[in-house]
Order: sequence, then C-alpha cells, then structure tokens
Amino acid sequence: MSLGSPAVDARTVDAQSLFRYVLRLGDLSLVLGQRLGEWVGHSPALEEDLGVANIALDLIGQARLLLTYAGEVEGRGRDEDKLAYLREQGAYFNAILAEQPNGDFGQTIVRQVLIDAFQLELYERMTNSLDERLAAIAAKSVKEIRYHLRYSSGWLVRLGDGTEESHARVQSALELLWPYTVELFAEDELDRLMADSGIAPRLSEVHDAWVQRIEAILTEATLQLPKDRPHAWHGKRGQHSEHLGYILAEMQYLQRIHPGARW
Amino acid sequence: MSTVLPEVDERVTRAWNALRAVEDPEIPAVNIVELGLIRFVKTQADGILEVGLSPTYVGCPATEVIRASVMNALKAAGIGGFEVTQVLSPAWTSDWITAEGRRKLHAYGIVPPERTVTSMRDVLRADRPVACPRCNSVDTETVSQFGSTPCKALHRCRACLEPFEYFKCI
Repeated sequence: MSLGSPAVDARTVDAQSLFRYVLRLGDLSLVLGQRLGEWVGHSPALEEDLGVANIALDLIGQARLLLTYAGEVEGRGRDEDKLAYLREQGAYFNAILAEQPNGDFGQTIVRQVLIDAFQLELYERMTNSLDERLAAIAAKSVKEIRYHLRYSSGWLVRLGDGTEESHARVQSALELLWPYTVELFAEDELDRLMADSGIAPRLSEVHDAWVQRIEAILTEATLQLPKDRPHAWHGKRGQHSEHLGYILAEMQYLQRIHPGARW
Repeated sequence: MSTVLPEVDERVTRAWNALRAVEDPEIPAVNIVELGLIRFVKTQADGILEVGLSPTYVGCPATEVIRASVMNALKAAGIGGFEVTQVLSPAWTSDWITAEGRRKLHAYGIVPPERTVTSMRDVLRADRPVACPRCNSVDTETVSQFGSTPCKALHRCRACLEPFEYFKCI
C-alpha cells in the first residue's frame, strides 16, 4: 500500500506540526493503555486479566516510542517521561474515545475493537511513511495490534452472539461509543499536511477500510452498525472530556508531588 | 582470504561470545542470540563497537533488563568502547529464533513458534492445534492468547491435562 506521491516535501514539514501529530498517535496509545490497566485485578477471569494487561503493556510500549520521537522532533529536551507526566490536559492530543470510561467488560471490549481496527488500518499504511522513524514504529506496532484485534473482536463476537443480556449490553455500548469514532477520521489541517507530505495515510482511506472491517466483525457478532451522528469532539486539538483529567491525576500524581523521582 | 584486521575480528568474536552468555530474563533456557535479538555486531570507523539490539514486544519489561545485561556483558568482556543501538526496522520476528533456540524452548516446556503472521487472514483464522511439549498429543486447546509474558500464549493439553506455553508467532 503506497501513500501516493506527496504534494508536499516531507522534509519541509515544520517540527511543531510533526511534534503535534506524533503526540496524537502517542497519546491515543498512552491514554488507552492507562485505561485498560484499570482492569488489572478486576477482570472477569484470570485469562482476561492477562489479556487486557498485555494489550495495555503493548500500548504503553507504543506510547514510549512515539513520545520519545515527539520529544526529539520538538528539540526542547523533553523525553518520554517529561511528556507523559508533566503535560496538562490541554496539551494531550488523543481522540477522546480513548479516555472514555471502561464501563462493564463489554463496553471496554467495544472501545477496544473500534480503536484496534483504527490502529491496524492506520499503521499498516504508515509502514510506508516517508518519515522513516514513524514507518519503523508502525511496522513494529502493527504486528502486536493484529493480536489485540484478534482478542477484542473474538470477545465481541462471543458477547454479541452470546446471551440476550450480553448482546443487549454490547449493542448499547456500541451506540454509546460510536459517536466518538467520528473524531478518529475527522481530517483537520494537521492530518491533511501529514497526508499531503506522505508522512501519514489519508484518513478517508483509513476510514473506508475501517468501516469494512468493523461491519464484518459486527455481522459475525450479530450486532447492528449504529448510524453516524454529528459530533463536536476535539480531543485531537486538546479539548477533552472531563474523564482525561482524572486519568492524568492518577498517572501523574507521583511526578507532581516528587518532581524528578526515579525508580 | 580475509582482509579483516585480526584484532578487529577478534573483538567482534569476543562480543558475540559475551552476548551468547546473556540469558533472556523471562526465559532463562535461551540466550538472546538464540532469540534473534542481536541484529549485528560491527566496528564503526571510529573504532567503537556497535551492537544492534531489537525488542521483541515494544512494551516488554524484559527489554530494559536485556539492554542492561548486554551493557554489563560487553563491559565485563573488556572489548573497549561500544554502543548499543535499538533496531526497530525490520521489526523483530519470531522467525529469527534459531534452530538451537527452538530446541531449547521445547525442552524447557515452551512450544516454539510454528508459523509467521504475515496477514490478517492468517491471524484471524482458527489456530491449528499445537502439540503438547510433554506428551506430543495434538488434542490441545488455547486457554488465552496472552500468557505470563507478552511473547507467550497459554494452552492446555486435553490428553495429559497439563497446561503449557506457546511462543507466539509475530
């Protein structure tokens, strides 16, 4: 899958734009990984504890690579830890689907399927990025994301095509979370610049492939595809739901009260 | 005939030997060279020895331990100036585990990876039964795709009833 011939030379993209874009990717992984971590010790079964924790770990791993790179691009001496622990809510650029509460296990699984499929379609294409570092991170991550989607979609099929109760719960979680997916694919000038310069795939292409994949999973899970509704979410621009603040409060607590603390 | 300076060649050999003594912290049965984690050992123009190290999974906590162990092993081997470079591309694959590494994993009770995951189709299709490392029965089931470490899945043998681990294809 080629990203097509770029209209803008990738080397001329300004550092601030690339920095913000890489944070969008890294923050999505970091916030979702942090959310999933809340299940540790509380999952329905030991196997699910292991599964969810492993996926969370992979996501934190992606975040580390991406935040490290973002810090280098920015060139102001911020490393992965400074970016993770010392940025405030308005400087986080994840789509707000990632920060939505876990709900029941079914709701967590729905959120996971939606984001796993997004990451898979995005990173498969980004392996051809003209930004070599992003191409390498994508190639590494995509192998793990395949396992994530295999896990989450497997559960969605079991719950959707399970009992009346499990079906109703995941269908309602799908209705609840679906509106937030719009933001993943809403292209703004930063997404456009990245696509024009061959650094990232065009979000419309990612969306087409994502919808196909989601439709296939929902069909197998005997679930209804919700209708698209207008949205007004701008997590990618630093405007978040109230949930992110609580996540950051817990995640950043130690660094805030003991600045510079090390393990 | 080799034109490599003997002392340079000897340094690289010594480095490889030192690296072969570094065990995986989670699976001490195999060393990191057998796992395919060392991508290269080469001497740079300035005489610094460069070692290319790949992580298995991006978030694997063992990665940090392995890096520290590599540094210690190279220091102890007294090979002079060196640096350890993280190699992300091409991404590490379970295909790089050596034949000896596979044999050792199996003897340790971990079934080595059987195929490569190259496409979504491959990933989504039903698993082929993995043979039990203890009794060789193929009457086994997957308990969880995610095991005690990121690289392993949990399986159970229906014949001898023992649980066992499978090194995932990635």
